[in-house]
Amino acid sequence: MKNIIKKLVETYGPPGNEQQLREILIQEITEYVDGIKVDVLGNIIAHKKGNGKSKRIMFAAHMDEIGLIITHIDKDGFLRFSPMGGIKVNNLIGDRVQFANGTKGVISCEELKSWKDIDINKLYIDIGVNSKDEAEKLVNIGDACGMTREFLDLGSRIVAKSLDDRIGCAILVEMIHKLKNIQLDNDVYFTFTVQEEVGLRGAKTAAYAISPDLGIAIDITIAGDTPEPPKVDIHLGKGPAIKLKDVSMITNPAVKKLMIDTAENHQIPYQLEVLPYGGTDAGAIHLTKDGILAGCISIPCRYVHSPSEMVDLQDVIHAVQLGIKIAEEF
Amino acid sequence: MLLKKLTEANGVSGNEDEVRRIIIEEITPFVDNIKVDVIGNIIASKNHHLSGPKLMLAAHMDEVGFMVVSIESNGLLKFRAVGGIDSRILVSKHVVIGENKINGVIGAKAIHLQKRNERTIPLTIEQLYIDIGAKTKEEAEKTVKIGDYVAFVSEYLTMGDNYAKGKAFDDRVGCAVLIEILKHQFDMPIYAVFTVQEEIGLRGATVASYAVNPDLALIIEGTTASDVVGTDSKHYVTQLGKGPAISVMDRGMIANPIFNKYITIIANNNNIPLQVRQGATGGNDAGKIHLHKEGVTTGVISIPVRYIHSTNSIINIQDYDNTILLTKMFIDGVSKTKGMTI
Repeated sequence: MKNIIKKLVETYGPPGNEQQLREILIQEITEYVDGIKVDVLGNIIAHKKGNGKSKRIMFAAHMDEIGLIITHIDKDGFLRFSPMGGIKVNNLIGDRVQFANGTKGVISCEELKSWKDIDINKLYIDIGVNSKDEAEKLVNIGDACGMTREFLDLGSRIVAKSLDDRIGCAILVEMIHKLKNIQLDNDVYFTFTVQEEVGLRGAKTAAYAISPDLGIAIDITIAGDTPEPPKVDIHLGKGPAIKLKDVSMITNPAVKKLMIDTAENHQIPYQLEVLPYGGTDAGAIHLTKDGILAGCISIPCRYVHSPSEMVDLQDVIHAVQLGIKIAEEF
Repeated sequence: MLLKKLTEANGVSGNEDEVRRIIIEEITPFVDNIKVDVIGNIIASKNHHLSGPKLMLAAHMDEVGFMVVSIESNGLLKFRAVGGIDSRILVSKHVVIGENKINGVIGAKAIHLQKRNERTIPLTIEQLYIDIGAKTKEEAEKTVKIGDYVAFVSEYLTMGDNYAKGKAFDDRVGCAVLIEILKHQFDMPIYAVFTVQEEIGLRGATVASYAVNPDLALIIEGTTASDVVGTDSKHYVTQLGKGPAISVMDRGMIANPIFNKYITIIANNNNIPLQVRQGATGGNDAGKIHLHKEGVTTGVISIPVRYIHSTNSIINIQDYDNTILLTKMFIDGVSKTKGMTI
């Protein structure tokens, strides 16, 4: 699985700019599914047909990563920007970014009297040019950039930018591949969504189009197993987390039971997640139309929204198993 | 003059009736059908029988303002903001209250009574009151009541070379553009929607997009321009006189790249100046419309407004005229090729 993960995490894809990922993912899954549709917003909806008499399940992982959007280019060619999604300003300084056309740059900051004065408006991107004219040959206002960072393989633990949520995309690809020769009763819609990081937007329109009986998001969650960590009882390597609550959703008790029973019946390790912040595509899915049963399989992740997010591959493999069993048995 | 008529009318969010009446009167001769929905949106259609992409044009009728929340024993009114208003701009402004437009002035404790530290901190809305010249609560209650809407009073005036000042340009400029557009003939189904309650959460657009169910949507907005002394050029957002603005991103939507490309080509081909909105804050009806059902291809064209959300805002009339022209060219183009064909 590391190959597809490496490919996905090293690809450019801030919110609304998921085109390069769309190409890779469509290529990876085309021969394994019965139909692929790309909607107005850019979601990929891949359909694996069931027997036509059973239920409809939507699995969703988001393609987009947090990024920056250029709002101003000054006379010397330095770029100013606004955040796309939950950017942590402290993580930006010294970081490297890339644009859709391959242009790269570094982020730096105006001289500060104190680190307490740090503010996103004091940061800028240097793309190695001397003037506005030169800069505008490479970058325009409204262009978005994402971080660049190589995939780092630490054995069982892997580190990369945008594991949120390329790891979810990789899990869906793996599920699709493993289900190749298996005829499921249920109709399954593997959905690679856009614009999750700016407000769960892609999942909203995709869920409307699919109108599933069950929606399962696959996303990362914050781990609480580091020095002085966030107060959440989630550990890398102890299994995928079954989400019970975050800001966007309280998991329906029937879905909670379904997910826990499925994991226990198949001896798949799992943890229970109660996250005091954040949200996932499941939040948008469960409020679509007249309401949809929804849940979320979360991959424990350290250093979320930094260029070095870390997950444990065992949790990923177990998430694939759990996803497949839900698709088979719901 | 349309802009004068529209901006001097009052329509604080949820109380758009006066604006609605003017718009209905203006557009009736030019549209096939007019409907006012449950929450007060005007949905006017032209050519609804034609095939082709169904275009929804939207501009919001409401403006920011206030509501009376209590009447004090001395006859002064306490009030709260409806929509986003900078409380520093309020003291000594002329307002009108309720349906009968009772005159009032926003007041505050006199400066010589303010403590030293109070003078350096802007007054909050809680510290302000509206004075309607009543001596007692009973006297005030004869003309105003709790829940009455309060609107700024501001005369529309032209000034300088092609500038105008007034209130509520956000978004009466958009309403005026739609009215002018409806006077033209187009060869495609068009639904012009004048929405309510945009300023307090894009509420009108939410239900209107459900009713219209468009294939394509274009929102005409008034947007902030901060091209003034003391602002670094990187924070201008837009500039007056540089033409209509397209957005790249705001709190509600990441711009549709196809729309932005298409509208840029149209502007270039017709020598209409176009600027890019340099910021990612704010939001408008597009935020709701583009996520309707399975998703709607949606674009926004904005007219720059200085001192937006205040009693005296300023626009450039050429920007306004160019927005009408650009919108017309956009619809002509889309109707000719049944979509945004580049």
